[in-house]
Amino acid sequence: MIIMSVPRFWRKQVARYNLVGTHCKKCDEYFYPPRNMCPACRREGEIEDYKFSGKGEVVTYTVIHTAAEGFENQTPYVLGIIKLEEGPSLTSQIISEPETVKIGMKVKPVFRKLGQDGEQGMIYYGTKFIPDKC
Amino acid sequence: MSVGIVSYGAYVPKYRIKIDEIARVWGDDAEILKSGLMVYEKSVPAVDEDAATIAVEAARSAISRSCIDAQRIGAVYTGSESHPYAVKPTSTIVAEAVGATPVLTAADFEFACKAGTAAVQACMGLVSSKMVDLGLAIGSDVAQGAPGDALEYTAAAGGVAYLIGNKESELVAVIEDTYSFTTDTPDFWRREGMPYPEHGGRFTGEPGYFKHVTNAAKGLMEKMDTKPADYDFAVFHQPNGKFPTRAASMLGFSKEQIKPGLVVPRLGNTYSGSCMMGIAATLDQAKPGDRIFATAFGSGAGGDAFSIRVTDRIDEIRDKAAKVEELLADPVYIDYSKYARHKGKIKVA
Repeated sequence: MIIMSVPRFWRKQVARYNLVGTHCKKCDEYFYPPRNMCPACRREGEIEDYKFSGKGEVVTYTVIHTAAEGFENQTPYVLGIIKLEEGPSLTSQIISEPETVKIGMKVKPVFRKLGQDGEQGMIYYGTKFIPDKC
Repeated sequence: MSVGIVSYGAYVPKYRIKIDEIARVWGDDAEILKSGLMVYEKSVPAVDEDAATIAVEAARSAISRSCIDAQRIGAVYTGSESHPYAVKPTSTIVAEAVGATPVLTAADFEFACKAGTAAVQACMGLVSSKMVDLGLAIGSDVAQGAPGDALEYTAAAGGVAYLIGNKESELVAVIEDTYSFTTDTPDFWRREGMPYPEHGGRFTGEPGYFKHVTNAAKGLMEKMDTKPADYDFAVFHQPNGKFPTRAASMLGFSKEQIKPGLVVPRLGNTYSGSCMMGIAATLDQAKPGDRIFATAFGSGAGGDAFSIRVTDRIDEIRDKAAKVEELLADPVYIDYSKYARHKGKIKVA
């Protein structure tokens, strides 16, 4: 079960659905999740929204056998750090059989259920990654 | 002014279960079932897939296939009988996930297996009247069949999205006309709060499927003064392989005409996506100038018939997204226990 307030999820919904982050035009740095201010350029920075292609590679990963509440039905599943083409890294589930996942493997984004707040609460959707065979 | 398909996109989960495996669990004769249903395996969603995620994947495929600016989409209608929420639209999730929000209208459709084609017709009306520039009509389902019920052998998962527009130069296929035949026929239903649908057994055949499919199809051909020989391909709603094959024969279409669109033997019945998947599979193979006759059926009951003419533009966009045949290739086969887990038939906590 994901316990997160509905407004809290909703505020970052577009970022989760479409991998929308930010880009500093001044130093050409990309951020995901989105930052409102560039940590390097500070007030000199010029932040703009940026939609990532979603293509990236696996930096590292782990296989979850003992899941948190609400994820028991998915074990064993793979949780990994994905480095996007543009630079930023993020933590995400990798949808693939655990034995097929490798460090350095190319991945691409898919739209999946991230979790749900029990049987009555909200269903949370967003981006996960699958192997990119192209 | 012409109205038609600007782009299309399909999605099928990668998991499959064979009819033999389901029959093994329930002690049924797999050979009799396979020859009777003409279905050999069916698609199964992953544990984190539902009608909304499948609709989004199909819609994204349609948009990327034609490189359309999603902000042009003025209407999103998603047809399904397995919308994840009873109240809260699937279509707003799709609209947000494809970047079409906020200036658009959206709603969810439900009409058993023909909710997706009802959405196509609504979009045709909106673009014909120029109320919207482009309409996105989707049929998506993670169909449910109760354990041990006949439906369990065919109830599958998949979705198809069509971008409907009115600019001649953008159309990959012109929808020449459409015709619907609808009556109140209780052949299949699911009551509020119930996990699995009920059906009238053989009653779903003659008074349901065949009456509505043949009347819709004949009605359209009479309206347009066309005959089966005028079409290169035909697609009929495919709850199994037997029904569309028999409907085609009753109407005078040949086995060759329905062959490219008959995907049910390796896919199962994707409900709201069923007929639309057949049309997509046919568009994957059709040549410019080809004509496709299609009739969807929804229990409850109604038939939506369409006459479609493929344009030269099909060759420009066809290869820019996954074809149905590619989506059917290289499946991951699972046994009944994993299938039960994927479909939520086992409650872990």
